[in-house]
Amino acid sequence: MDEKKDTPGLVREFLDGAAGIAGSYAATLTHLFRKPITEQYPDYKRPMPPRARGRIILTRSPDGKERCVACYLCSGVCPVNCISMQSEEGPDGRRRAAWFRINFARCIYCGLCEEACPTLAIQLTPEFAFCKDAIEDFVYEKEDLLVTHGGKDPDYDFYAHAGVAAGAPKGEHLGEDEPVDVKSILP
Amino acid sequence: MTDILAGVLVMLVRMAVVLAVVFGLAAYMILLERKLLGRFQVRYGPNRVGPFGLLQPIADGLKMLLKEDIIPDGVDRRIFLVAPAIVAGAALFAFAVVPFGPTFTLFGKRITQVVTDTDVGLLVIFGLSSLAVYGVALGGWTSDNKYSLLGGIRGAAQMISYELALGLSLVPVAMMARSLNLTAIVDAQATLPFALTQPLAFAIFVISALAETNRIPFDLPEAENELQAGYHTEYSGMRFALFFVGEYVNMILLGSITAVFFLGGWHGPVLPPIVWLAVKVLAVPVFLIWTRASLPRLRYDQLMAVGWKCLVPLGLLNILVTGAILTAGL
Repeated sequence: MDEKKDTPGLVREFLDGAAGIAGSYAATLTHLFRKPITEQYPDYKRPMPPRARGRIILTRSPDGKERCVACYLCSGVCPVNCISMQSEEGPDGRRRAAWFRINFARCIYCGLCEEACPTLAIQLTPEFAFCKDAIEDFVYEKEDLLVTHGGKDPDYDFYAHAGVAAGAPKGEHLGEDEPVDVKSILP
Repeated sequence: MTDILAGVLVMLVRMAVVLAVVFGLAAYMILLERKLLGRFQVRYGPNRVGPFGLLQPIADGLKMLLKEDIIPDGVDRRIFLVAPAIVAGAALFAFAVVPFGPTFTLFGKRITQVVTDTDVGLLVIFGLSSLAVYGVALGGWTSDNKYSLLGGIRGAAQMISYELALGLSLVPVAMMARSLNLTAIVDAQATLPFALTQPLAFAIFVISALAETNRIPFDLPEAENELQAGYHTEYSGMRFALFFVGEYVNMILLGSITAVFFLGGWHGPVLPPIVWLAVKVLAVPVFLIWTRASLPRLRYDQLMAVGWKCLVPLGLLNILVTGAILTAGL
């Protein structure tokens, strides 16, 4: 007798099953009248967060000169070795890259180069959709990478802080004391 | 002589109209399914080709035609090549006996709106729907692939089980209409459709017809997550597409015979007959798509249990009750 109580009757079982099936039909029906959540990509491009990691650029300081000093830190930190360059000294005495090359076919957009860069020259932009027909076209040279603006930090000028005479004469950098004549502090 | 010529002409026109309408409907049924399924899942369906994606079936067809048709080593070539045509052909043939409107008179001649007005229409439909399983079973068997074989076997077992319930659900209809002629069956529902007078038979019919079309929740022959694609795993290009043409033609056929047997065909108030028929024929595929969005797939033993332990006894009982009421003098 007790066992019979545990097992539901045939009618009850049928009703439960029918209610279950009707419930799933009702659930899909309510979804039918909802507005689709699809973002139709080429027509609508979702605004990307400014720090999203996409195509890499080389930025310029506010005076319009290249920020990159060809220190090789980005190339050294790059886990897939997609950055290569050659350093040289420009006519104004500043170090710069003679050539600078990023192979975007290899780049994994990890952003380590941006973190390593001491002059904020190399930066990642939110642009992610740049497909090519040929894989060679993914090799970007310096002229492809250089932009005319300062990227995420447009007011930053490395040479104004650097303490290197190439930007401004000694003692004229921001927050820098006059150079001390070492002979004057002899005991 | 002119009589024969006119007869042939009328016959050709009827066949051309039925073929064109059925193929057009089947192509757009695929679009409708993709669109509706998309909306059920809170996304848009295809909407890139043409306005609202209306040219999508043409793009799909072109793509299928241009694809490479791969025939694997080890298949039985002749049967492998014929199998998809059996599925599509059996579904198309069945339209020969489906009536699309009342008989009318033109130039003093009686013109029926059915390709073949045969007195055994119901039996013809049964025969053809049993033939369709040969396409599934043979396609799965000759593919020389264990998943295809399993799909084919499941298809055959499922068809045999549900064919029985399908037949039993239509016996009361034939008993009440006192005819196997589809036009006569429709005319017997002029006042009240059999869906209302035979609700149990209607329910059994819908469930077993769902199983006959191999659609969710009864799509065991092609169960993607167990059998890759089941019986059509090894098919590609237009042959693969032919299986799907067969499936969608089958959906329309199912709509038509549901309309004829249970929903009262072209009978209905106010609107012209052809509109009523179209509404009824299209309501069934929409319900099938809704079902596909709603229900999970049955397990194989559940499928067999529902067929043999539930639908067949209920169908037999229904026949007995209907017979008793009819002989009691109604």
